[in-house]
Amino acid sequence: MALLEARALSKSFRGLRAVSGAAFDVPEGGLVALIGPNGAGKTTIFNMAAGVYAPDEGEIVFAGRRIDGLRPHQICAAGVGRTFQIVKPFAGLSVLDNVIVGALQRESGVPGARARALGILDKLGLAAKKDLPASSLTLPDRKRLEVARALATGPRLLLLDEVMAGLRPTECDQMVAVFRELNRGGLTILLIEHVMRAVMALAQQVVVLHHGEIIARGAPAEVVRNPAVLECYLGEDAEV
Amino acid sequence: MSREARVGALLALLAAALVALPLAANSYFLSVATLVLYFAYTGQAWNVMMGFAGQLSLGHALYVGLGAYAAAALFTQFGIGPWAGMWLAMALCVAAGVAIGFLAFRFGISGVYFALLTIAFAEFTRIGFDHIGWLGGPGGLFLKVEAHKTTDLANLRGGQTMFYYVMLALAAGAFALCAWLLRSRAGYYWRAIREDEEAARALGINTFRWKLLAVAISAAMTSLAGVFFAFYYNNLFPEQIFHISQSIEIILGPIVGGVGTLFGPILGAAMLTALADALNNLVAAMGWDIPGVKQVFYGVILLLVVMFVPNGIWPPIAKRLGLGRGG
Amino acid sequence: MSASLIANVVIAGVLTGLVYGLMALGLSVIFGVVRVVNFAHGEMMTIAMYAAVLLFGAFKLDPLLAALPVAALFFGLGYALQAGLINPFITRPEHSQFILLVAVATILTNVLLMVFGPDARNVQTDYMLDSWAIGQVLFDKARVFAALAALATAAGLFTFFRYSRTGTAIRACADNHLGALIVGLNVKHLYALTFGLGAACVAVAGCIMTLLVEVAPSVGPGYTLLGFVIVIVGGLGSMLGALLGGVLIGVSEALAGLFIDPSAKSMFSFGLLILVLLLRPQGLLGRKP
Repeated sequence: MALLEARALSKSFRGLRAVSGAAFDVPEGGLVALIGPNGAGKTTIFNMAAGVYAPDEGEIVFAGRRIDGLRPHQICAAGVGRTFQIVKPFAGLSVLDNVIVGALQRESGVPGARARALGILDKLGLAAKKDLPASSLTLPDRKRLEVARALATGPRLLLLDEVMAGLRPTECDQMVAVFRELNRGGLTILLIEHVMRAVMALAQQVVVLHHGEIIARGAPAEVVRNPAVLECYLGEDAEV
Repeated sequence: MSREARVGALLALLAAALVALPLAANSYFLSVATLVLYFAYTGQAWNVMMGFAGQLSLGHALYVGLGAYAAAALFTQFGIGPWAGMWLAMALCVAAGVAIGFLAFRFGISGVYFALLTIAFAEFTRIGFDHIGWLGGPGGLFLKVEAHKTTDLANLRGGQTMFYYVMLALAAGAFALCAWLLRSRAGYYWRAIREDEEAARALGINTFRWKLLAVAISAAMTSLAGVFFAFYYNNLFPEQIFHISQSIEIILGPIVGGVGTLFGPILGAAMLTALADALNNLVAAMGWDIPGVKQVFYGVILLLVVMFVPNGIWPPIAKRLGLGRGG
Repeated sequence: MSASLIANVVIAGVLTGLVYGLMALGLSVIFGVVRVVNFAHGEMMTIAMYAAVLLFGAFKLDPLLAALPVAALFFGLGYALQAGLINPFITRPEHSQFILLVAVATILTNVLLMVFGPDARNVQTDYMLDSWAIGQVLFDKARVFAALAALATAAGLFTFFRYSRTGTAIRACADNHLGALIVGLNVKHLYALTFGLGAACVAVAGCIMTLLVEVAPSVGPGYTLLGFVIVIVGGLGSMLGALLGGVLIGVSEALAGLFIDPSAKSMFSFGLLILVLLLRPQGLLGRKP
């Protein structure tokens, strides 16, 4: 049962075709990685799913309902959470307050939101830092905060945008463990990633984009051996 | 003593002092105190828009003026007292604020452009009111001040003490409202919007609606200051009440004290008004009659604060008092 | 309402508009490059006007000539202001910068008030009441000279930015701050230079404006807002846009003064600003903000 379906998506920016006829789906409870060289169109697809802009052609269906063209806050309400490639913490707020903002999406009152937020911070190992200002966190912790905040909105699908970027291998492994755990708990995840270590460790399915088109799709081990995929990655740094 | 208890104690002390003030102070001192409370109040109102929701308004005099003229017109033309008139004042200002906010946010105007837009609307209204004959035009609108000394609260006629308590009630109400708002969903959502609007949207916040709400509340609060102004000073001139210098005076308290905090506007207003008054007295005592001294003083203070204490003077003081990170 | 009356009004509007345009040009250059919203622009104009009035009073120096030393002085002051006071604020949030300049503007206006008092002053050159007639249409000499001076200054500025090395370097900074730093341009110096040039522009505009209107401390904020209206209508960052915007505003103000109420003409300008901000914030010729 597909939770998210992208059907024949196309998007151009001032005459430049960023995404062309992309179609894939993310099964409920699944963990799918979207990979491809820079400029392949991964973030464009992401942004369309997150409501930043609408596709020129095609549809995005989430839990049986079309979400393409909806605005970001409506998409969040529908059950899709997202993180940003360059993390966007609410710097002037405490770690806990950051997550409370997210939790208020599901809880009607602040006390309930606070309780929910505390639970999530615990799950992500940030409980000890809950009263620190978000601006004082290290990069890995900021990434965790970003995930915690999105999780607090109670999503069924989480969109992760290059969340491993800038993390050291051990930090990356820790994040991988967190996502595995969340996925086991029933959260569907779609992630954009360059860091192959994470892709190989996490993904059940990999979708490869190149020049805006999907050129391969399948289990990680297959896709990595696919000649078309290797060709488009030749010269790229890949940590496998 | 826990932080909550410390804040509570401070507040109780302050409240007691303020309520008891008229017993100890003379009429002049009370008038200065009333002015302090006035600017603390308008500063709080402005703070809702800027400090909470991050929208810089440099045209808040618009709401003071509209509120003042609405209540004054009802009083002079129809004999309707301020307690009824204030509802029209609020409605008018909310409409104006929402209109400006709607236009601005709908078209993605923010930051400096938004500030310019607010200035433009205030200026537009100022010149417009100069041409409204039945409201007095440039010559001004005057409210009749009765000679009797009795306190007529229903029509806001009375002595300095009455006005002091009215302003105190308004300021206390504003403080309570802002404290409540900060802790509520609105407070969280506004601060999120202020920090990073895009991230806020991704968390399900309809930023357009919430920004409009901040503008509406800020405008409604400011309108009441206008109503007070009308009945306290009893004369209204478009050149004065809608003027950009009024708008700037409104923002001084919060900026000096600390934008986005609860105590900031109050502290800032207190400090500025007290110092400005002292300065005026000093200048007068020296026998000089130089218009503009007070404004230069305000300008210099604003400059110094923006350069050296950009978050205002309250946050460092709050830290010292162990009250947390301001607010 | 005769055709010649309207023609006279429009011509007066165009000529005055060119002076407005020069003032706005300074603002546009500053914003386009340094990205600082110079809220003290009108006050700088007012100070220049007072300088011209004083020089005329003391030496009978024609404002058109006074423009040269005043511009040089303002160049230096503008450079110092940017390098000394404003530069640290480049990286601060927008509203901080804005408030910094609001503070400067408040101080300047009120210092002027303290020094000169609230009454208006003006300049009286011999040719101020003369005009040339072409048929039924009149060209005020003062206005023509003012407009020519404005055009000459603007042309000088265009040439500098287009053809000189420094001018090109400044345009590079405007386009790409980080890139400019990387190729080794002394951005801080170039910013200060730009501010100085903008200030010199407004100084010339102020001096020649005394041929057309009188000066009082209270006119400062009005000119700041007028400058913003013109720059936004014409397009932020576009020099030609500033001049065109100036002419447009000059003409519409003149016509509004004729057909509606003279005192309502700035209301028209604000209405226009509101419309432009909402519908086409990049103005006539500017880049998208």
